[in-house]
Amino acid sequence: MRQLMTGNEAIARGAWEAGVRVATAYPGTPSTEITENAARYPEIYAEWSPNEKVALEVGLGASIAGGRALVAMKHVGVNVAADPLFTAAYTGVTGGLVLVSADDPGMHSSQNEQDNRHLGRAAKIPILEPADSQEAKDFTVAAFSLSEEFDTPVMLRITTRAAHSRSLVQLGAREERPLPPYSKDARKYVMIPAYARLRHTAVEARLAALRELAETTPLNRVEWGDKSIGIVTGGVAYQYVKEALPGASVLKLGLSFPLPRRKITEFAQTVAQLYVVEELEDFWETYLRAWGLPVRGKEIFPRTGELQPETVAAALAADTGRPSRLPTSPPPAVAGAEPPARPPVLCPGCPHRGLFYVLRKMRLIVAGDIGCYTLGCLEPLNSIDTTICMGASIGAAIGMEKTRGEEFARRLVAVIGDSTFIHSGVTGLIDAVYNNAQTTLLILDNRTTGMTGHQDNPATGRTLRGEWRERQEIDLARLCRAVGVNRVTTVDPFEMELMEETLRTELAAAEPSVVISRRKCALIDREAARPPLYVDQAECTGCFRCMRLGCPCLSRREQKAAISDQCVACGLCAQVCAAGAIKTTGEAQ
Amino acid sequence: MNVKNVLIAGVGGQGTILAGRILAAVIAAAGYDLKVSEIHGMAQRGGSVVTQVRWGERVFSPIVPPGAADAVLAFEKLEALRWLPWLRPGGRMLVNDQRVDPMPVLTGAAVYPENAAALLAAAGAAVTFCDGIDLARRAGSAKAVNLVLLGLLSRHLEFSPAEWEQAIRQAGPEKYLAANLAAFRLGAI
Repeated sequence: MRQLMTGNEAIARGAWEAGVRVATAYPGTPSTEITENAARYPEIYAEWSPNEKVALEVGLGASIAGGRALVAMKHVGVNVAADPLFTAAYTGVTGGLVLVSADDPGMHSSQNEQDNRHLGRAAKIPILEPADSQEAKDFTVAAFSLSEEFDTPVMLRITTRAAHSRSLVQLGAREERPLPPYSKDARKYVMIPAYARLRHTAVEARLAALRELAETTPLNRVEWGDKSIGIVTGGVAYQYVKEALPGASVLKLGLSFPLPRRKITEFAQTVAQLYVVEELEDFWETYLRAWGLPVRGKEIFPRTGELQPETVAAALAADTGRPSRLPTSPPPAVAGAEPPARPPVLCPGCPHRGLFYVLRKMRLIVAGDIGCYTLGCLEPLNSIDTTICMGASIGAAIGMEKTRGEEFARRLVAVIGDSTFIHSGVTGLIDAVYNNAQTTLLILDNRTTGMTGHQDNPATGRTLRGEWRERQEIDLARLCRAVGVNRVTTVDPFEMELMEETLRTELAAAEPSVVISRRKCALIDREAARPPLYVDQAECTGCFRCMRLGCPCLSRREQKAAISDQCVACGLCAQVCAAGAIKTTGEAQ
Repeated sequence: MNVKNVLIAGVGGQGTILAGRILAAVIAAAGYDLKVSEIHGMAQRGGSVVTQVRWGERVFSPIVPPGAADAVLAFEKLEALRWLPWLRPGGRMLVNDQRVDPMPVLTGAAVYPENAAALLAAAGAAVTFCDGIDLARRAGSAKAVNLVLLGLLSRHLEFSPAEWEQAIRQAGPEKYLAANLAAFRLGAI
């Protein structure tokens, strides 16, 4: 019996079947569910690590200790983990070590769309790339074997479309792998220059051996068809090629790196017209061109965004002169303009809303960060100046202050979430203290990692395995004081006047200060929800100040404000209403 | 058989994902190859969401190309307009008669198309409207709109009531089962 699974569930299943003992991650779309699912297998120790660097270090430690380890992160997380990764490539492994890089072409939920095949190659480790959930499971199992056989970490690269799509998977049994006796091997695991030089030589020999493997491994397969067209492809792009030209000859690369030069050259010489179809960068195409193969690629396929079956089909049809198999007649469009966009919004009752309203009202310059609160950049709140990467808000604020001076800093705040602060914000705060910046930092402590779907983190103290002890909970206020911040205040963001007053005081202070805006995420704090508020039509003046909150429950109805039944009575609109027209249902009785 | 394609479109939080899971379970139980695509993350926070379901003897792409959907099940009228270009000629547009204003409309930066029904009809789509909220309330839970709409979709698919009910039983917690089954049946007739 086959089971319907997402690519992410299948990777977790593959890790379990491969006898994995340790799974680590920092949550990040589209990778999060891999480790959530791994945690459901009792044989696997699974953890949320504070960031991706720590996650990979824990995974490498597990490997050195002899166990198999799975480490999962989104593409930009691999940047954070790059330091241990590039040296783990030298040390190699004892137990198999697989790093899942979940790339996000199209940036469904990311700040860039880097192609991590480049990072895998830069680290000189093999990269496997599944095209559906069955392959996600099978390639995970294969990655662990490869890792141990070639003494290397292996990158399993998945993309959003493969990670979040469901398809049928044939399940297997778990292979229990007893731990080998521990033995110290300093020449392999202590990377002082003298030993690292030896390992670099080993890395180059390993890559040469992997190139030979690439020629024969069933991970790379040729599907011979019509030899007038040959397509080199892999990952989810393979699926689009099969839709567009089901009869064409295809060389599907499951091992994305290193490439099988002889196999590709032979394929190229057998077909009349050669194409490379790959999402994002011209990673494979560059090799084919360097080998002098006549190939068409990025001149007809997009380099930005996700590939779509219809764009692949249309480009191939136009270039080959053969009719597209997919519909090309213009579909029935809506007469007139494009339908209005529906961007994501902060939820009803979101603790971030009142805070961004205050920041906008005070006309502050806001260095922002990564999380749900990034949505504070959209109208009508529109109160964020910068969002770069995890933890960047504080460093950016310090740089702005050091460039434009203290007067400027009195209008400048850095805004970061609880989980993001632990991830990589605390080092920025140490910089503010050490280098005498007067940074005002707002930590939006909503007691969860919200955007990725409510994972716990060190500031909640509850682990991925559901354990909680008081001593496991990182107290954010104590942490800030411990690194030398004297001014630490905690404010409920629903008290907007108090928040404004606190910010005025802290912005005026000539030293670093931290304001912890603390209230549970509305989606986990169901007890806080109360019956909807309503607008007293007789008292509403139609000023629509309430609409500046950007609450999806508020709308205009015939020159008056109206509140929908999605309202959870957070009361922010009642606070901003000058006419006192917004009331609780209790007041009406 | 040719691959069948259905899109389930709506607003984050409306229950499109559960509807997609139940449909997928029915298809899988019938022995077809299938692929289901949905996107998690930022888009879920009140944004446009879509679940794409494809089934047949062998399915490659997890996403449906424009002009290829046999049916679009829209939980909201503006979303029906958004996904209209995905409908194949002769396909079915099934629409929950509900309006949810997106933020650009609430702020006044954009205008909600008032005449969604006329626009859909003018584009030549075979449209069925359904008051999902009213039917869901009658079934015992306003939240069961997704099951009402799934019932509506079931009228145009090959699967039997027994197959649907089996999947619904397996999909949700026991306490919602009675309302979910009632909602599905109200949508299906």
